[in-house]
Amino acid sequence: MNRATLIFALLLVLAFPLSLLAGRVWIDPAATPNAALIVMELRLPRSVLAMIVGAGLGAAGAAMQGYLRNPLADPGLFGISPMAALGAVASFWFGFSASAWLLPVFALLGAAAGMALLALIAGRTSSGSPGGAGGGLALFTLAGLMIASLAGALTALAITLSPNAFALSEIVLWLNGALTDRSWRDVAIAAPCVAAGLVLLRLTARWLDAMTLGQEAAQSLGVRPQALLWLLVGGVGLTVGASVAVAGIIGFVGLIVPHLVRPLTDRLPSSLIVPSALAGALLVLVADSTVRVLPLMTELRLGIALSLIGAPFFLHLLLKMRRGRV
Amino acid sequence: MNPSAPIVVSDVGLQGRLSSVSATIEPGQITAICGPNGAGKSTLLSIMASLLMPDRGSVALGARSLPDMPPQLRAQRIGFLPQSAEIAWDVCVRNLVALGRLPHRDRGELAIAAAMEAVNLTDFADRPISTLSGGEQARALLARVLAGEPDWILADEPLAALDFYHQQAVMRSLRASADAGVGVVIVLHDLATAINRADRVLVLDRGEVAADGAPEQALAAQNIARIWGVDARWIGDPGSRALIMP
Repeated sequence: MNRATLIFALLLVLAFPLSLLAGRVWIDPAATPNAALIVMELRLPRSVLAMIVGAGLGAAGAAMQGYLRNPLADPGLFGISPMAALGAVASFWFGFSASAWLLPVFALLGAAAGMALLALIAGRTSSGSPGGAGGGLALFTLAGLMIASLAGALTALAITLSPNAFALSEIVLWLNGALTDRSWRDVAIAAPCVAAGLVLLRLTARWLDAMTLGQEAAQSLGVRPQALLWLLVGGVGLTVGASVAVAGIIGFVGLIVPHLVRPLTDRLPSSLIVPSALAGALLVLVADSTVRVLPLMTELRLGIALSLIGAPFFLHLLLKMRRGRV
Repeated sequence: MNPSAPIVVSDVGLQGRLSSVSATIEPGQITAICGPNGAGKSTLLSIMASLLMPDRGSVALGARSLPDMPPQLRAQRIGFLPQSAEIAWDVCVRNLVALGRLPHRDRGELAIAAAMEAVNLTDFADRPISTLSGGEQARALLARVLAGEPDWILADEPLAALDFYHQQAVMRSLRASADAGVGVVIVLHDLATAINRADRVLVLDRGEVAADGAPEQALAAQNIARIWGVDARWIGDPGSRALIMP
């Protein structure tokens, strides 16, 4: 266990009980009526879900940055979260969102379609040659961006063609991810997907280390580029797809978290995946607790809050990179 | 498998890059691959490292086909140093060198220490790679290959972008490896280094073997005139030759 794992695990242990007490109404376990019920049915599933979503996004971000050898990479680059969002929007559009199960299932189907598209493209890019593999990597990233913008366009189309005002407001609200009113059912959907995704991402760790030296050197160290790509697409698809399915689009977590973790480690991608999962869980848990506590008329959407933190952070990162200190 | 098996390249071709190359490369010596730009040097090296699949022909380590070998086993036997000195993350020298142990899945502390010693970077072990000069980084990357204790070292222009001092340091490390029985194959542009430091020179031209043999013969003035189209002559004694163009 490295230092970063220990630090973020400890912080998480501290933050978790606090998150159960925090909210528009602070819970005093001794005095608040129905405290146990509120915690068990409302706050506990929400906090657990926040940690599951954050862990998946954080680990996916760390793996993507390791794979693309770029500190600005984000799990969104594969186009999986916009595809999952498109699936969810489709369920609103068809009026299926009333069923509590159909929305996340549609989102997961969207994510799966995104992964299938990527797999189709990846299957067509050569892995045998260093030139081809290098070109494949760039092609792959561009394909992810293409899928993302296609899903974005279709989502916008669904919004403009929205059958009624209710569906429209539902879609727009949902797209700005949140964990409001989530239940154990959402935990049951997200937990197995994210767990499976984390296992796949953890399996890439040593190969991602080899990728530090570039694709050619990594291949000469025994990395099988196609297998690595499959593991990554599967891992990112499961973690990100499940997150979008239960929480909508929550951006910037995958981008920010590896940067918080990296200085505490030896900077090898394999050292980042587990602590990034913990730090992602912590970040989403704290952010979600904070939006609950903020004295606003309506609760600030978690996705908006994280983008408000994330965008300036991204800018800061860009400026730091320009000075060559990343 | 016999660790001192030669690499046997038989009639290897790749559309547009190599027409037909055959050579048996012996371990325990430095073989330089030379030739004009576009001759197919890096292509041949990549094929030998199984990073590139030829359209035809075969590459074998002894009697065993290299492309058919499991990637991890192949990685244990063949160390490849690419031309690009890419290091994505600012790791310390020791961790960079330790990446060479990945095919063995062990810590390999002794091999890592020996590799850093061989390129004279022991004192830099805990320094972040970004604080090293370009020459020192190149030596660290060579140490990464040495740490894997491969039977073969294939290096694509390991001297490019290095100053004279670091060129000599890298060549000394490679010579030490060759003397220890490792097969060393390097793509070289610098013909003087090839004639002075290699045991054998394979000259490629337009995807074919144009000359092959002892450096003094393969790089004789008439071959340089024929292959590079440059009238040049060697001066100095064997081992300290210099190429001059009148």
